[in-house]
Amino acid sequence: MNEDMSKYPLRLEGSDKPMVRFMNVTKSYGDLVVLDSLDLDVAEGEMVTVIGPSGSGKTTVLRMLMTLETINGGVIYVDGEPLTHMEKNGVLVPADAKHMRRMRANIGMCFQHFNLFPHMTAIENCMEAPVHVLGLTRKEARERGLELLALVGLEEKVDEHPARLSGGQQQRVAIARALAMRPKVLLFDEVTSALDPEVIGEVTNVIRKLVSEHNLTMLMVTHQMGFAREISDRICLFYRGQIEEQGTPDELFGNPQRERTQQFLRAVTEAM
Amino acid sequence: MFDWRWDFVWEILPRLIWATGNTLIAALLGYGIAMVLGLVFALAQRTPSRILTMVVRELVEFIRSTPLVLQIFFIFYVGPQFGIRLSPWVSGMAAIGLHYAAYLSEVYRGGIEAVPRGQWEAATALNLSTARTYFRVIIPQALPTALAGMGNYLVGIFKDTPMLSVIGVAELMHTANAIGSESYRFLEPFTLVGVIFLAISLPTAWLIRVFERRVRRSLGMN
Ligand SMILES: Nc1ncnc2c1ncn2[C@@H]1O[C@H](COP(=O)(O)OP(=O)(O)O)[C@@H](O)[C@H]1O
Ligand SMILES: [Mg+2]
Repeated sequence: MNEDMSKYPLRLEGSDKPMVRFMNVTKSYGDLVVLDSLDLDVAEGEMVTVIGPSGSGKTTVLRMLMTLETINGGVIYVDGEPLTHMEKNGVLVPADAKHMRRMRANIGMCFQHFNLFPHMTAIENCMEAPVHVLGLTRKEARERGLELLALVGLEEKVDEHPARLSGGQQQRVAIARALAMRPKVLLFDEVTSALDPEVIGEVTNVIRKLVSEHNLTMLMVTHQMGFAREISDRICLFYRGQIEEQGTPDELFGNPQRERTQQFLRAVTEAM
Repeated sequence: MFDWRWDFVWEILPRLIWATGNTLIAALLGYGIAMVLGLVFALAQRTPSRILTMVVRELVEFIRSTPLVLQIFFIFYVGPQFGIRLSPWVSGMAAIGLHYAAYLSEVYRGGIEAVPRGQWEAATALNLSTARTYFRVIIPQALPTALAGMGNYLVGIFKDTPMLSVIGVAELMHTANAIGSESYRFLEPFTLVGVIFLAISLPTAWLIRVFERRVRRSLGMN
């Protein structure tokens, strides 16, 4: 990575600075370029949904933002500060573990397969990080956890282990667990894909509630076009690691400009 | 011809039982050392440092590819040439602890690697520290997988304690041998040693299986 870093600002200033900015971000695995000079902004409080064919790099975008993957080029900023880099003597250098740990506190993520800790009950899942990362007392963390489990409609299941919960319930615990860390940005990676059709609604209802009642910034990957259209402020259609087209749901679904967007939307509606 | 003397059995039994205590202490102490050191070996191979990983990897391979009895001899007889003078007990515990640490580190590694990647990712997403991730998230889930192997090596270390007799640790085998040399009767002492080993190994193996099931259940993973 011999990129000239001087073209990237040390931080983003101004009242209109985005909550998330991908600037010229490239990610490759060996010869496979997964994301190619990606530029993407998400404003504070905005709900942006990423759609696109399988393998187009949607998950990778979220994983980089969650610092689960390193990037090969470009810079990601969160709330004005570089996430993937840090300032050293007036230039951006790759972030060290400490910087990443501090920045990561801004972001939460929900996964396709929930990834709950199976040996902890629902409430313990929600308390672990608040106690040991944020330094809350067990009592405070428990109260917050109970509130959030109630928010996702699971006040009855507080003391259950994940193995005893349905997929929809597990995913709702996972959402409560992520919220317990008070992230500024919440990421959803196909959170309903592993669920039986009849419980998808439980999870989408929770996300709906978050959108309408909380000022969270959200970036979501989903294959549920109807849901995406209903709750997103903006939709980005990914194709081969780039944004092929983006716009409001009505623009993108109602009047898609690009040939590939039309193809993709035709394919997914036929599949339903 | 087949001359089994019960009166001799009763005569030597107290000495053998006392020696069984030493055998158990040696096995448990050695296992305790191996459990802790094995975890150190396993975790050292997962640090970002390539050099540390390689050194520990080679050390583990080296220990696993050479006989325990050689390691015991080395520490006890060759150690003094390097100014390391250890008593038979300390040498023995060091050797057996080190030897089984190498095996247990592999068991731990297998257990840790069996934990799904999503668990690490969730821990990262929640910003848990590396230590917290290991001790609260990964190791508890690695345990059920590792327990079977750990149990086998507990029985294994117990059965290997007779090797300590070569440097004069007064465990069961050493004592039986001493009785034989004094009385010229080997049948009863060695038979008793076998019976005592069986009487401890079999129930232990059974208890380990029960314990394994318990742990799985208590971790909510049946
Ligand atoms: N760890 C990895 N190693 C190699 N290739 C990967 C890895 N992770 C993802 N990829 C590849 O990157 C591309 C984009 O993956 P992903 O972001 O998961 O796509 P999507 O979520 O849009 O289906 C795919 O071709 C995938 O095979
Ligand atoms: Mg994906």
